[in-house]
Amino acid sequence: MSAYFHDVAVLARKDLRLELRVRNTVPAMLLFVVAALVVFHFALPSDSSELAAKGMLWVAIVFTALLGLTRAFVAEREQRLIDGLLLAPCDRSAIWLAKTVAMLGFLVLAEIVALPAFALFFSGIDGATVAGVALADLGICAVGTVLAAMAVAGRARELLLPLLFLPLAIPIVVGGVGASVAGESGRYLGFLALYDAVFAIISWASFEYVVTE
Amino acid sequence: MIHARGLGRRFGEKRVLDGVDLDLPRGGFMVVTGPNGSGKTTLLRLVAGLLVPTAGELHVDVARERVGFLGHEPLVYRELTALENLDLYGRLYRVPERRERIGMLLERFGLWGARNERADSFSRGMLQRLALCRTLLHDPDLLVLDEPFSSLDDEGAALLDRELAGLRRRATFLVATHDPERLAPLATARLGFA
Repeated sequence: MSAYFHDVAVLARKDLRLELRVRNTVPAMLLFVVAALVVFHFALPSDSSELAAKGMLWVAIVFTALLGLTRAFVAEREQRLIDGLLLAPCDRSAIWLAKTVAMLGFLVLAEIVALPAFALFFSGIDGATVAGVALADLGICAVGTVLAAMAVAGRARELLLPLLFLPLAIPIVVGGVGASVAGESGRYLGFLALYDAVFAIISWASFEYVVTE
Repeated sequence: MIHARGLGRRFGEKRVLDGVDLDLPRGGFMVVTGPNGSGKTTLLRLVAGLLVPTAGELHVDVARERVGFLGHEPLVYRELTALENLDLYGRLYRVPERRERIGMLLERFGLWGARNERADSFSRGMLQRLALCRTLLHDPDLLVLDEPFSSLDDEGAALLDRELAGLRRRATFLVATHDPERLAPLATARLGFA
């Protein structure tokens, strides 16, 4: 087990180092999420409900994550580097987990900017919303990473990922908006936690079949 | 070590490899020749475990971590330095005395001076040398090499000749090449594709 997490740490560190060096993904995510919130700020009427505003926050988060996910396997695709990882004697699900951890880091960085920006443009952020965002991030990154690996093998990869990801992100938006605006946020947070657990297990178990022919 | 009967591989409707029989005993050195598109690379990728056969049977009697694969791509991250790339693979393969081994290979392949340079600043020949370092890093028992001399200058090619001769006694080789005469002194078997 320690060998497994050693491999995950080695691979995740590689992804973080690549991002620190090239800065391709996180700046784009930051710019996108702030730009989206600014657009929503001007698009929504000033007397809009909190429900509408929170809905916009979740739209911004899901699309920001999607932007990052489209780049998740770019390095591995462009020079067939996935072959190098598949040849290595590590469990293939470790590749998924490492990429999920790295994506989670990128998304959390984007949200560290996005949530205060939302508070500035719309309304304050409460604890339930933060908890909802944190739980949603886990599900988004777990499912999104395996779908990104699937999409990267296809020809129309930029088209394929949103088509695969957005339907599976609907429960996350339902749970996230519910946790943000409902009186009893616990039910929705529980729903998000259940989603995370189920889809993380499915993604973990299926990754080997996705990257192997 | 490698045993194949009626091995075949198709991509969609296109049959790239068909009915290949192959026996390579431990310690053997097989040279694979043939024109472009004849299926050499596909055969090597099948043996390395990167592809699954669509026909026939293939047995490779060696663990995944004991295979060294050199393909058309160097399989190194262009944004990382030579040292960082080899360190990544060294950790994944759990190479004992990793730093010493990496240093020794970089020195031997003439890349020690460029060890802290990013791979995207390397020439094609330097990338091939780095790819060879990656392939040999974990001291594999089976070496699957696809055009190992490509992009190497005379000095690099001579270096690789010496490396292959040195490894010849301890490893098994499956090598695709357009220059079989170069490997003739080492080869024990030859597989030609039409």
